[in-house]
Amino acid sequence: MTGNFFYFLTFLTLFAAIGVVASKNPVYSVLFMIMTFFALTGHYILLNAQFLAAVNFIVYMGAIMVLFLFVIMFLNMREDTEKHKPMLSKFAAVIAGGILFVVMIAALKDVDTQLANTAVFDSQIGMVENLGKVLFRDYLLPFELASVLFLAAMAGAVMLGKREPGEQNRF
Amino acid sequence: MELSLLLIKALIILAVFGVTLLIATYSTYAERKVAAFIQDRVGPNRAGPFGLAQPLADAVKLFFKEEFVPANANKFLFIAGPSLAMLTACMSSAVIPFGGTLIIGGEAIHLQAIEVNIGILYVFGIVALGVYGIMIGGWASNNKFSLLGAIRAASQNISYELAMGMSIIALLLVTGTLSMRDIAAQQGEELFGISGMNWNIFYQPLGFLIFIVCAFAETNRVPFDLPECETELIGGYHTEYSSMGMGLYLFAEYVNIFVASAVMSTLYFGGYNFPFMDQLGLPHNVVTILGTVVLFGKIFFFIFFFMWVRWTLPRFRYDQLMNLGWKILIPLSIANVILTGGAILLKQEFFQ
Repeated sequence: MTGNFFYFLTFLTLFAAIGVVASKNPVYSVLFMIMTFFALTGHYILLNAQFLAAVNFIVYMGAIMVLFLFVIMFLNMREDTEKHKPMLSKFAAVIAGGILFVVMIAALKDVDTQLANTAVFDSQIGMVENLGKVLFRDYLLPFELASVLFLAAMAGAVMLGKREPGEQNRF
Repeated sequence: MELSLLLIKALIILAVFGVTLLIATYSTYAERKVAAFIQDRVGPNRAGPFGLAQPLADAVKLFFKEEFVPANANKFLFIAGPSLAMLTACMSSAVIPFGGTLIIGGEAIHLQAIEVNIGILYVFGIVALGVYGIMIGGWASNNKFSLLGAIRAASQNISYELAMGMSIIALLLVTGTLSMRDIAAQQGEELFGISGMNWNIFYQPLGFLIFIVCAFAETNRVPFDLPECETELIGGYHTEYSSMGMGLYLFAEYVNIFVASAVMSTLYFGGYNFPFMDQLGLPHNVVTILGTVVLFGKIFFFIFFFMWVRWTLPRFRYDQLMNLGWKILIPLSIANVILTGGAILLKQEFFQ
């Protein structure tokens, strides 16, 4: 049963991820991306990581993708007005993608496919209580430093977006 | 045993779904009656006794109207928008505990559709998804006013989600759990010797105030209904909709109001607990059924409150809405989190 779920979710993830790249209309791309995140949330639930699933759901699907959709709707891009890319950039993209593919094959060739040791594996590690204990007991300093980093990034974004005194509205 | 358990679950899920839709249907009737009461009119009274068949008449009328799709609209997304709005609205009532346990034949049956130990986050996630229905429908209409309504809805939802999340965090500091069932059960404890009075509103009054303001904004109700502001945007995101597409948007709003009222009653007003519930000396099952009735009483009060505000207050201006969200509610909710954390720390240090 779980195996079937896994294959279904994997199919959905890959289908939606290809849809993001392949669809001409940017709004469709965003909607496919939301579908990808939806399938990934399902994967987290299959892995018994409920908190990560909820956070993925709220932060990525609920907030970040809404902003993506917001910006793309404002730009109002259309299929018929989109310019064709020059041949050179298409070639460059194919070569770069091919190289990435080769690197991934090389990396995955020797990967250890043995399952986790069932004797010491804790299936409850993804529950919110356990995750909280790990984050706030074992990794307190890195966790707090990461939050400081986020604060700095937020202040930076506000500084960049702020209107200087005397500056006119450019839109 | 396994099959009967599944059957009971299926029954509860069906009941929750049916009750959600029924209450949403009659909210449309209640809205018009409340509006009439506040404006000293009679309200709908032609269809059936006291106009009780009015929602049915409205539904039939909407179904028989022409389902019109504008020529330049994106047909698939134009249909998908209202469907998505309705789907997300109906999903969130699944984790709300509508009562305690019924003991039948020695087995305890929880009156809750599904129990997940991250219940609040589930509700929060579904609420965050709710804006997609509006955005997709507004964009697919290919109409400037619809698009502006959709964009307003998106920015408003994101702004108020932050403050809402912060107020929930302060609540979680008090309760120490994310499960709706546990939160509801905790509030049934004793406070000053009265059982069933340990409501979170007494610990989180400021958090509740922030939460209810954000709930109004998230459900796009007056005074935060700028996405469908008639004076500026014709009809907002549903300008181009007719027939059941429009009906689904309006209906989703009422389902959202019901869910928001249920969440507020469960998180802050004791859920299915009521004062003196253990001191009455009634059998367990009777107390549970009374508790469910009391919970619906609380929910109906909040639904009435939503309507009361709608017919009393005027609409905000858009910059006022943003200022309230970002400059007042978010700092207040952060202060609330810090105060709550400090109070819990003090209690642990000195009073235990």
